[in-house]
Amino acid sequence: MAMEQMMPSGEMRERLQDAAKKLEPMMQQVSEFIVRTRDVHKVYLMGKVEVRALRGVTLDIKRGEYISIMGPSGSGKSTLFNMIGGLDKPTSGSVYINEVDLAQLDAYELAWLRCRTIGYIFQTFNLIPVMTALENVMLPMIFAGVPEDERRDRGMELLKRVGLSERWNHKPFELSGGQQQRVAIARALANDPAIILADEPTGNLDLRTGKEIIELLKELNQEKGVTVISATHDLKMIDVSDRVIWIRDGQIARIEDRSKIRVEAALEVEEALMEGELPDLP
Amino acid sequence: MTRTGMSPLGLTREEIRRQIHLPWSEAFRISWRYVTIRLGRSLVTASTIFLSVAFLMAVCTMILAAKATGHAQEDPEAFAATMARYKWSVFLGFMICATGIISALLMSVTERFREIGTMKCLGALDEFIVRMFLIEASLMGLFGSLAGAIVGAVLMLLWAGFREGFSLWAKIPWGLKSPTGEWGFFAYFVASVLAGMILSVVSAILPAWRAAKLQAADALRTEI
Repeated sequence: MAMEQMMPSGEMRERLQDAAKKLEPMMQQVSEFIVRTRDVHKVYLMGKVEVRALRGVTLDIKRGEYISIMGPSGSGKSTLFNMIGGLDKPTSGSVYINEVDLAQLDAYELAWLRCRTIGYIFQTFNLIPVMTALENVMLPMIFAGVPEDERRDRGMELLKRVGLSERWNHKPFELSGGQQQRVAIARALANDPAIILADEPTGNLDLRTGKEIIELLKELNQEKGVTVISATHDLKMIDVSDRVIWIRDGQIARIEDRSKIRVEAALEVEEALMEGELPDLP
Repeated sequence: MTRTGMSPLGLTREEIRRQIHLPWSEAFRISWRYVTIRLGRSLVTASTIFLSVAFLMAVCTMILAAKATGHAQEDPEAFAATMARYKWSVFLGFMICATGIISALLMSVTERFREIGTMKCLGALDEFIVRMFLIEASLMGLFGSLAGAIVGAVLMLLWAGFREGFSLWAKIPWGLKSPTGEWGFFAYFVASVLAGMILSVVSAILPAWRAAKLQAADALRTEI
């Protein structure tokens, strides 16, 4: 008797299915890893020569982490960056953002993802030159269908957060490099993304401005819990990163935990001192 | 073939498609900015349209003037032969203008590869890029054609006036239709402006397609 009574009726089954469907997106958001790559290979054809830019990269990035991808030119750093950011497809292997396999997405879904889940920051700032700072920040919101008033309010709020509220009406050519990058950061945050992807954010900035930008990114990472993934040459990034991924010749050479970096260096210094030697400066 | 059903992103595919859009008003605003701020480049494109439409409108005005003075009716065959030659020249002019527009716009696409790539990173679909380029082209077409039509008509009217006497101006049908049911000045004017705009938009199709093919990764490229 019990079995028949315990089986859900047709209507009940439908309601359960509806509930499951609604929970699906929430389930996806609860995943601990926001970006995962599995054995990613990328091969380019330069004329007749095959260039193996990535040779089997597997990594997991946790939600809310601040990751720096470092490596010399030609190491595959930018290629990996492109894979993670959905800007390019791997030759083999998979990239998952929020447990969603990017290879399964069509053009609309990719655009949706880029608009709402990922914010991009570039070395060359890439602000639209014919638009003011505020309009640049509002542009992703236009694509996301946010109404005009809300766009404006949110845009001004973001500009205020990055310290540029008085320059909302200025066009990019009227702003310094550091200011342009701040506008770019505000723009990247426009739709409250889960990930910020930064490609050499301090590459075109002087030391002091670069430091300010890095600090701003770290603050935002801690305030909003947004995952920051940065491909960079800049050693100043090491300090604020939770983990540093070193890439060489298309493969991961090393993944360093920031706490370990500090601790190991400190240990080395301590050991050297105890032996009576003068330690190398880190 | 459009896919339907649930997307791996947790929404239905229809919802996703609905959630990305660029309203025409916004596309217009952005395109207007590009046209007015990069005025030099816009003028280069608009001036070829200006010249072609000026020529076209001048020929149309000449037809009206010839009919007004009675020259057309005197020797219809000679008139028709002359008109055929002029129509052929106008057509050639339009073809040359088209190649000019295509080159100028292709150059514009090359210069703007980074902006277009960036827009794609912000979530723009290919069709948004096409929309923006076509609106830009039609704006340049509109202004170039208007200016061209006015200047072409005025010059021809002045020339005809000097040659045949300004009294012929009163005999020209200014409205949409002449008393005999043929085209009037206004009809020719509107048709010329439309021809210029259509030329501009059609010429922009190839460059717009090229622009739409740019990838989001182009935003990261450091060379042209």
